[in-house]
Amino acid sequence: MASLEIEHLEKSFGANRVVKDFNLSIAEGEFISLLGPSGCGKTTVLRMVAGFEHPSGGAIRIGGQDVTALPSNQRNIGMVFQAYALFPNLTVAQNVGFGMRVAGRSRAEIKTRVAEMLDLIGLPDLGNRYPFQLSGGQQQRVALARALAIQPRVLLLDEPLSALDAKIRVSLREEIREIQRRLGITTIFVTHDQEEALSISDRVVVMNGGVAEQIGAPFEIYNQPKTRFVAQFVGTLNALTAQVADPARGALRVGSTEVILGAPVSADTNAEVTLAARPEVLALGRREGNDTIFSGKIAEVHFLGSILRVKLEVEGQTIALDTFNRPGNPPPEVGSLAEVSVASRDLLVLAD
Amino acid sequence: MISKRFWSWLALAFGILYFALPLLGTLEFSLRARRGVYSLDAYRSVLADPQFRETFTYSVVMAIFTILVGALIVVPTAYWVRLKLPKWRPVVEFITLLPLVIPPIVIVFGYIRLYNTSSFLPLTGSITGTNILLMLGYATLSLPYMYRAVDTGLRTIDVATLTEAAQSLGAGWGTILARVILPNVLVAVLSGAFITFAIVIGEFVLASLLNRPAFGPYMQLTGANKAYEPAALAVIAFSITWICMGLIQLVTRFSKHTNAKR
Repeated sequence: MASLEIEHLEKSFGANRVVKDFNLSIAEGEFISLLGPSGCGKTTVLRMVAGFEHPSGGAIRIGGQDVTALPSNQRNIGMVFQAYALFPNLTVAQNVGFGMRVAGRSRAEIKTRVAEMLDLIGLPDLGNRYPFQLSGGQQQRVALARALAIQPRVLLLDEPLSALDAKIRVSLREEIREIQRRLGITTIFVTHDQEEALSISDRVVVMNGGVAEQIGAPFEIYNQPKTRFVAQFVGTLNALTAQVADPARGALRVGSTEVILGAPVSADTNAEVTLAARPEVLALGRREGNDTIFSGKIAEVHFLGSILRVKLEVEGQTIALDTFNRPGNPPPEVGSLAEVSVASRDLLVLAD
Repeated sequence: MISKRFWSWLALAFGILYFALPLLGTLEFSLRARRGVYSLDAYRSVLADPQFRETFTYSVVMAIFTILVGALIVVPTAYWVRLKLPKWRPVVEFITLLPLVIPPIVIVFGYIRLYNTSSFLPLTGSITGTNILLMLGYATLSLPYMYRAVDTGLRTIDVATLTEAAQSLGAGWGTILARVILPNVLVAVLSGAFITFAIVIGEFVLASLLNRPAFGPYMQLTGANKAYEPAALAVIAFSITWICMGLIQLVTRFSKHTNAKR
C-alpha cells in the first residue's frame, strides 16, 4: 500500500494557479525529491502535505487516511525547514523533546528518546547547548532529530541544505539519506539543486509551472528526459537545431552534416526539431562506436582539474563537451580545427 | 578651528545641565526641611505617612494587574497580526497609538459617561468595578509602549516558521503562544511592563476623576498642602522610574538566549 498518495492536487492563490493536477503515489520508505526552479510549486505541494496550506482541490492520503482537511498539528508529520526553525529559547535536548512533551509523554521516555535521537545525528554531547551556540550544519541536524523524535509517518524536508555551505551540504545530504534508509521513513525532499535531487533520491519529480513534468528514477530522468524542460533543467544539455530529411529512416540534417538516428522521427520532412546531447556523451576526435561526426572549430577551452570542458563551433551552432583530464593529453588550442563524435543512440530528439 | 568634537561635547553638557539641574535643585530642596542643615526629615515624614504607603501599594497592585491584562491582550494580538493579518498592521498600529493623541481627560470622561450607574454596564457603581475600569484605563494608556515593545520583540524571531515548526510537532495555538512565542518575546514584554509600571505609578487624571486612592492624586494632594514633602516625593517617584529602566537593562542582559539570531 502506498504510504502517501496525492491525487489531483490543486492550489490557486487568487487567479494564480500554482499547482495544477498534481498526482503522486509514494511507497513506504521511499525517498522522493521534488525538483524545479523557484516558483514551480514544489514548496506549495510540500506545504499542503504538511497542512500549512489548504488545497483548492484534490486529496492527500497518508497511510490510507484522508488528511486533506486535518489541521497540521494532527497529521503526525516531521518537517525540516530551510531556516532550521529551532526554538531559540530551548536547549537542543528540549527542542528535540518538544513534540513528545506536547504529546504528554513521560519525562523518562522523553529523555531516552532524546538521547537516542542525538546519537542518531552524531551530536550526543550537545543536549545542553542553545541553538545559537551551534553551527548551521549542527542546527539542521538537530532540526532533523526534532522532526524524527515524534516518529512521524512522513518526513518532509523543505530545502534543508540551501542555507549551508557547499562542503557541509554534500556531507549532510548523505547523512540525511543514511538516516532515512536506516529508519525506513517515507520522505519528500524539496530542492532546486538537481545534483542534490539526483544523488539521494529513489525517484525525482521534476516540476515546472505547477505541473509534474516527469516522475522517475534519477537515471531515467537524466538519460530519458520526456520534455524539453526536464532535459534542460536537469544537467547541462547541448541543443542543436536540426532539419528532418527522412522521418521514416530517422535521418536529420544539422547544417551539412547528416545524422541517422536509426529510429523513425515523428515529424514532417523539412520540419525543424531540436537534437540534444549531454556534454559527456560527446568525444573530441573520432572514437569507436561513435557513428556521427561533426567538424568544427575550438571556440573555448576550460580546464576544471579533473574535467576538461571544450566549446566548439559546429555548423554555426555551439556544442559543449566534457572529457576527463589525462596528463598525456594537453588541452586543444582555441581556434584550431577539430572533430566531435557521438553515438547516434545517445542523441535525443526533444519534444517541446 | 575648534573641533567638531568640542561642539558635540558642549551640546551634551548643555543637555545634561538642562535635565539634571532641576532634579538636583529638587533633591537639594527636599533635604532642607530642617533649618540650616541637610536632613532626611521630609523623606521620613513622607514614608511615615500611612496614606503614602496605602496609595503606593494600591498603585503597585494596579500596575501589576495592568501589566498582566495588557500583556494578555497585546501578545496574542501582535502575534496574530504578524502571522495572519500583516495587511492590518498599519491599522492596528494606528489604534495602539490613539492613547497618545487622545488626552486621558477625554478618555476618563468617556468612561464615566459610558459606564456610570445608569448605563448598561455600571462599572462605576462599585469599588471593584471602578478598580477594573481604572485598570483597563491604565492598560489603554500603556498600549502604545506595550504594543511597540512586543512587536519589536516579535520582529527578532521568525514567527511564521517557528509557528509551523511547532504545529508540525503537534502543538496547538495555546501551546505555541505559551511555550514558543511568549518565552521568545519575554524580554520585550518585560520592557513594556516596566514602562507600564512607571506610567501607572505616576498617573493622575484617571485615578483622580474615578476617585480612587492612587499614588498620583496623593502626590498632587501633598504638593498642594506641604512645602518640602512634595520635593521628596518627586525624588522618590524619579528613583522608582529609574530603577525600572535599570531593571529593563538587567533583564535584557541576563536573558540566556538573547544572542540567538533566529
